[in-house]
Amino acid sequence: MRIRRLLLRVLSHIDAPLLLLLLTLMVMSLFVQYSAASQSDARLLSHGLNMLVALGVMVLVANIPPQYLLSMALPLYVVGVLLLLGVATVGEVVNGSRRWLNLGVTRIQPSEIMKIAMPLMLAWYFHHHEATLRLKDYGIAALLLAIPVALVVKQPDLGTALLISASGFYVLFFAGLPWRIMLGMLVALGASLPVAWHFMHDYQQKRVLTLIDPTQDPLGAGYHIIQSTIAMGSGGSFGKGWLQGTQTHMGFLPERTTDFVFAVFGEEFGLLGNALLLILFLAIIVRGLMIAASAPTLFARLMAGSLTLAFFTYAFVNMGMVSGILPVVGVPLPLVSYGGTAMVTVMLGFGILMSVKTHRKLLKS
Amino acid sequence: MIRPAQLRNYQLELAGFRKRVTIAAWMVVLLFLLLLARFFYVQVLEYQRYHTLAENNRITIVPTPPNRGLILDRHGVVMAHNYSAYTLELTPSKTGNLEDTINKLAQLVEITPAQRKRFAKLMTESRNFETLPLRTRLTDEEVAKLAANRYRFPGVDVKARLFRQYPLGTTASHVLGYIGRINDADLKRLDDEGVMANYRGSDHIGKVGLEQSYETELHGITGSEQVETDAGGHAIRTLSRTSPISGNNLVLNLDSKLETIAEKAFGSYRGALVAIDPKTGGVLAFVSTPGFDPNLFVDGIDTANWNALNDSPDKPLLNRALRSAYPEGSTIKPFMALAGLSYGVRKPGDTIFDPGYFSLPNSSHRYRDWKAGGHGTVDMHKSIVQSCDTYYYRLANDLGIDRMHAFLSQFGFGKKTGIDLEGEVAGVLPSREWKAKHSKQPWYPGETVIAGIGQGYNLVTPLQLAVATAALANGGTVYRPELVQAIIDSRTGQRRVIPPQVMNQIKISPADLQVVVSAMVDVTRPGGTAVAANVGAPYLIAAKTGTAQVVGIKQGEKYDAKHILAIHRDHAVYIAFAPADAPRIAIAVLVENGMHGGTTAAPIARAVMDYYLLGKLPKGEVIKAPAAAEGGVHAD
Repeated sequence: MRIRRLLLRVLSHIDAPLLLLLLTLMVMSLFVQYSAASQSDARLLSHGLNMLVALGVMVLVANIPPQYLLSMALPLYVVGVLLLLGVATVGEVVNGSRRWLNLGVTRIQPSEIMKIAMPLMLAWYFHHHEATLRLKDYGIAALLLAIPVALVVKQPDLGTALLISASGFYVLFFAGLPWRIMLGMLVALGASLPVAWHFMHDYQQKRVLTLIDPTQDPLGAGYHIIQSTIAMGSGGSFGKGWLQGTQTHMGFLPERTTDFVFAVFGEEFGLLGNALLLILFLAIIVRGLMIAASAPTLFARLMAGSLTLAFFTYAFVNMGMVSGILPVVGVPLPLVSYGGTAMVTVMLGFGILMSVKTHRKLLKS
Repeated sequence: MIRPAQLRNYQLELAGFRKRVTIAAWMVVLLFLLLLARFFYVQVLEYQRYHTLAENNRITIVPTPPNRGLILDRHGVVMAHNYSAYTLELTPSKTGNLEDTINKLAQLVEITPAQRKRFAKLMTESRNFETLPLRTRLTDEEVAKLAANRYRFPGVDVKARLFRQYPLGTTASHVLGYIGRINDADLKRLDDEGVMANYRGSDHIGKVGLEQSYETELHGITGSEQVETDAGGHAIRTLSRTSPISGNNLVLNLDSKLETIAEKAFGSYRGALVAIDPKTGGVLAFVSTPGFDPNLFVDGIDTANWNALNDSPDKPLLNRALRSAYPEGSTIKPFMALAGLSYGVRKPGDTIFDPGYFSLPNSSHRYRDWKAGGHGTVDMHKSIVQSCDTYYYRLANDLGIDRMHAFLSQFGFGKKTGIDLEGEVAGVLPSREWKAKHSKQPWYPGETVIAGIGQGYNLVTPLQLAVATAALANGGTVYRPELVQAIIDSRTGQRRVIPPQVMNQIKISPADLQVVVSAMVDVTRPGGTAVAANVGAPYLIAAKTGTAQVVGIKQGEKYDAKHILAIHRDHAVYIAFAPADAPRIAIAVLVENGMHGGTTAAPIARAVMDYYLLGKLPKGEVIKAPAAAEGGVHAD
């Protein structure tokens, strides 16, 4: 009986609509992975296990009241920045980038921690300056954001840096960053693009150029985009059918289980499948924003809003990249691409959302 | 005053937040619509274009498998090589109706039911979209016919491929082994070893023998080609290529001619022979007979051949030299004699009286000598020359099992030799420890007694026996037996010599050794047990005969070969080295059911030594000699 009560209590912190949507996406993901990984049972099992672990993390985090998350914000941020500094000095170089930190027991990618720690930290900051919010607080928040982003850019990992910036920016946005400043930032961004271009690595420049004209380098950098667009386009309105994608199965599609898994989906399920997938993503995002809108504290609101939009950003950037309207930046499609770390990070975010949703009564004073 | 202001502030803030959430939601919808628009553009408006591109999308990276390294004998005679032949290959995912396609193809070229069956089997074992061979070794005429009809068959290809061939057929089959199609277990291993990428494009892998143990050297490095192909998947032109790097060639210590002679010398007997260069441990001949034709396995062996090999009572697939362990019988005696001398338990001149049996004190059980009535007064020399059992029963009892084990294990008995082949067995050199592990019974003194003549628990592989004999020949150096002498780098042509590896250096006094060797020489002279086979040899031969019991003989019963089934007859064992004064070859021979070492095994060893030392062919033998035996006979 006691176990049952405990179980009920644990489950009372799960948001059923959100869980249902996530599970739908996961089931679909299993089908796509099975096809993308050439019907490998082992891969399917491992993908499923990743999901179970991620779901476990979600349930766990959902049971942590937001005030604890609040108290963890600063330490997590500090640890995250320290680890990034560690990477910059003694990190392991993999594929020409310094992203991993070897802790002896395990290797970690601290930039991944920052995807959660960043919005947490900024939400914490605004929560504490809620009553006396002034323009300079946005400046300080921007600085807090800039430090880790700069470290991640340096690795270099432009994709992750952009995602971290985005999640931080969303906090600023929801905290009420004045429109005129946002406009100013947009102008500044536009003006700084040539400068940024100058500082980009060769391969990063190549990716952008490739986006503008993929045929320029059909066997090198353009290969990914050409092949994924062909996969998607040849899927047509209704797709070639599950396990029938020729691009996928004849080995034309690179990274088809990870970053380019959406091309497999587009090829086999067509426009109809893509539209349904978009609707599913949209439903998850709308549910997240609803949770944000009804959250009881500023911290909870900012966290919920920012994490939801970050999820949207992953999905949008990935699908944009695969369909050829954004440069190739190495962002997985959340919950669909193969990979345990990203899966856990995303589900941890949803755990926070559920925590925010289900702990409201306890918080309201 | 402050409170209401804050409250209002809070509500204002919440309203502001909700406004921004709404804005965010609309932004999300807008951007998703943008994606949808892009999908619509690509998947509907541009569908035809991309559909065609996908159909014609044939810039594909084709792995080019490397040529497998050759295997050459010590004189450069090719023992395994590759030849080019055309194969008919199908990609099931592209052919449409597979059954129909095969039927139509069968009207052009001959496709036997067996080949259909094999293809169906390959289908079930492979993943989708893989290209599989339907027919191999097409004739020029067949290639021409298929080429003319190519347009009718999408997904059908005629490809030039390299095939492995073993030109010597069954000769040295247990040394060479064979390659076969890569199966799931191989794939898993390749994946674990992290070398999967190098096997893209490879269909075959070494399964047994040297083909297996030197797989890494022989395979080579896979290259790749960027090829543009048409809708049927046929290559139109090559855009760029990285050449594969051929596998390295193996040069063996083995002499293929010597091998042939040794195998033929067995006649219809089953058995094994290993000949070793006592100065290096190089394996000169390695016979397990009957053998098999490794060429049968390369393209997947058919059921009939497989059953014939697998069900044969002669067990041709069993590598007897490596994997079968037999009681060494009396061939253990020279080693026992040395043990007696080394521990000071016997002096060469010490004599015993042999009444034809030995009994332990306070026991009536008689351990019988092979010679009824006994050998009379026997010293060490006579004990080896006449193979007196009673002498060794007593010696074993005086030494005790612990000292016997300690001394004999130095020669490598009971241990794997470390030869460059996989699957070797260790045999048994019994000890108290060994028995405790394998039985609940304690060690009994009687077991020591029979171990003294190489019976009881003792088991040895012909390979181990050859290694130990080589160590006896060279005065106590145990070498790791090596089939491969050198590896020739395919790129540089550089010869990487595999140096002899000393496994153990046994301390034997030259005087003790001299006693044993001179007795072994007299074994091959009048009065010895192996005289007949060694008559007229122009070099000195040191040898010892042996007999390994197959079935036990009860107390008081008499062993009578005539009344025993052929397969229950004793195995003949024989060790020899020559020239005894400066040994260049050490041999161990086992002839299953050959009864006496002196009569069946010794002539085989003699033929091998005659060819190796003198270049002399056995009578009536006309083998085209590849590079005469003079000059290049040995590697030092």
